[in-house]
Amino acid sequence: MTKVTLISSRDPDAPKPERPDSLYEKRHQIYPKLAHGKFRMVKWLVMAGTLGVYYLIPWIRWPRGDGIPDQAVLADFEGEKFYFFFLEIWPQEIYFLGGLLILAALALFLVTSLLGRVWCGYTCPQTVWTDLYIWVERAFEGDRAARMRLDKAPMSLNKALRKGGKHFVWLLIAFLTGGAFILYWHDAPTIARTFFKGDAPLTAYFFAGILTFTTYMLAGTMREQVCTYLCPWPRIQGALTDEHALNVTYRYDRGEPRAPLHKDQGFEGRGDCIDCKQCVQVCPMGIDIRDGAQLECIHCALCIDACDDIMRKVGRPTGLIAYDTDRAVSARAQGGTVKYSLLRPRTILYSILIVLISTLILWGYGAKSTYEFSVLKDRSPPFIRLSDGRVRNGYTLKLVNKSTTTQQVDITVKGLGDAEFEIIGIGTSQPGGGLTVTSEAHGVDRYRMLVTIPAGDEEDRDNLIVEIKDPDTGETIEAGAPFARGDR
Amino acid sequence: MTDHKLEIDEVSGVETTGHTWDGIQELNNPLPRWWLYIFYASIVWAIVYMVFMPAIPALPGTGMTNTLGIRGHSDRALVAEDITQLNAQRAEGSAKLLTASLSEIETDMNLQQFALAMGESAFGDNCATCHGAGGRGAKGYPMLADDVWLWDGTLGGIETTLRHGIRHYEDPDTRNNAMPAFGRDGLLTSKEIDNLVQFVLVKSGREGDAAAAGRAAPIFAQQCTSCHGADAKGNRTLGAPNLTDQDWLFGGEPRDIQQTIYNARNAHMPAWQGRLDDATIKALAVYVHSLGGGEK
Repeated sequence: MTKVTLISSRDPDAPKPERPDSLYEKRHQIYPKLAHGKFRMVKWLVMAGTLGVYYLIPWIRWPRGDGIPDQAVLADFEGEKFYFFFLEIWPQEIYFLGGLLILAALALFLVTSLLGRVWCGYTCPQTVWTDLYIWVERAFEGDRAARMRLDKAPMSLNKALRKGGKHFVWLLIAFLTGGAFILYWHDAPTIARTFFKGDAPLTAYFFAGILTFTTYMLAGTMREQVCTYLCPWPRIQGALTDEHALNVTYRYDRGEPRAPLHKDQGFEGRGDCIDCKQCVQVCPMGIDIRDGAQLECIHCALCIDACDDIMRKVGRPTGLIAYDTDRAVSARAQGGTVKYSLLRPRTILYSILIVLISTLILWGYGAKSTYEFSVLKDRSPPFIRLSDGRVRNGYTLKLVNKSTTTQQVDITVKGLGDAEFEIIGIGTSQPGGGLTVTSEAHGVDRYRMLVTIPAGDEEDRDNLIVEIKDPDTGETIEAGAPFARGDR
Repeated sequence: MTDHKLEIDEVSGVETTGHTWDGIQELNNPLPRWWLYIFYASIVWAIVYMVFMPAIPALPGTGMTNTLGIRGHSDRALVAEDITQLNAQRAEGSAKLLTASLSEIETDMNLQQFALAMGESAFGDNCATCHGAGGRGAKGYPMLADDVWLWDGTLGGIETTLRHGIRHYEDPDTRNNAMPAFGRDGLLTSKEIDNLVQFVLVKSGREGDAAAAGRAAPIFAQQCTSCHGADAKGNRTLGAPNLTDQDWLFGGEPRDIQQTIYNARNAHMPAWQGRLDDATIKALAVYVHSLGGGEK
């Protein structure tokens, strides 16, 4: 038996190889203080409005006709249709939704170039729900100082009750959020009833669960990290904002040099900023606006409220932090002034694009056909030779009627000379003649069609064109399919 | 064997296990914590699963195949339930379909769609193996979409064929005929058969040896006309094919025809009555009828 020395005789005191510093930074809990002022009021109102829209819209009814869902906004996956008030979009028209998304993006660009990140600061769901969750937190644990004290204190019944109550209400709100989400995909009153009876489709529970979880996580625990690390928008923002955009700005031309205010001391020879850090304490992102424009800043304007409050108290004009443009600030720093201009190449371009695309969508929607029609050739057998030498092909006709009236439409075939055709259950056409079929309201009809060319037809024709015509409106639609002659 | 003392590997700063092979030491890197927790969780899950779901094969003699689990889950029961549900869903349409005539089925669009959908799926499951998708047929298996029928191309006729099959001898009502194997059984000589081949070629409007065909005419009149008819146009009552058209179930080349006369071709189709329910058979008849060859 040999004894093996395990470790080489390297010097145990030799310095260990260096490891890189960790790239991970632990999150610092932020305790935003409650602000008072006009922007805080605007945010409360916007919160009430956006939450109201989200929770109430699925309940609005919009009668459309028999057998058609009467929910104003509904993504009906079972019926394969999307309803938005007067709009009704069928799966093959999904490009209208694409158009709406492009419009939404352009509107966001326009608003951003005019007013900066108002989307982030006021209407983004992440902002609205986080604001709501902080409100709940405040109700249970008190404002900034009380919350900080509570977090430091050892666990007690009081702390447990406050924390527990907060999480309970958070979960409740999260569940209501997830629950309201599924109302958009089903008939709201029905799904609300079946959901609690346990009869709703599994997907409803699944998505309600997911949205409950994400709401609780994103608004309760992740908060500003979503904006800073997860959301792509702040990055895109960098490409959209410029020196003309109205942003929440610390007017360093007026505030610097900052210094704490001492009694019996005037504001001679110094800036207006008294370094009270109120703007930092109210910030839900935990940043200092005085550092200038920052990726993290969602431009919620709460620091404006906080600073205005202080300025009034120390007897200085408000607006040390205000909506302002970089251009104006640097102009004032050099002793000049500039006016804010709404009309700039960028805003004009966005406006023109918005008008153009809206017109296109409206025109497209107005001009869209009542019918959609397709002809599908049988793959097997590719052709049928009849005993008398005629050649026949089988087809399936699919006729979509998007209107709410059942209509008789005329069918004729072209492109194959003296071909005759038969529709099973309807009859056989005369050569060159047509047949009439029923197109059911708001539905898809399938007909089976057999097209036969005479024996000895040697013409070089191998494309069938089927035309349908609404005799009342004169609307015609053609659809084609190949015809296999079997002789080549 | 090795003596293990606690050693720390210099490069990685990780403790060693004391195992070494050819001077290569094993480091004691523990499993990641998250992996371990998921592992434990899956053990718990397995136990819970075994309690709730069928899991463990039972011992022979216990009268059980496996433990049932307290949820009473059974895949067989689920399938049975699905079938019951499907039948219940189809009940109304099936009942209507069974009594409806062809014209009723064709004019009632809902009933037609119902029958076609049901027929199409049943055709794919049961018929397409031989008759091909869409009834395109193959050598020995008739094309169902053309206007050539051996027996009967009406809806009722198709239904009868489906129910009783062709030469399905267990069924007394099966469609049946038997062409004699003229060569194999020594009824005709090879020469006579060759002449008959030429006769059939000429009859179906193709090039053939007219002299040979002439020599075969009396043989045809004697041996074949009772089924295929004096004009060779066949007889549907007997299931005798028309020999004058261009449709050849077993091939129209002289060699194929020679084989047919020499050995006879008596193909089979199973009777579907009893294997498929009445509504499915009717739906299949409607579907086949709609393929293009259906007769009024």
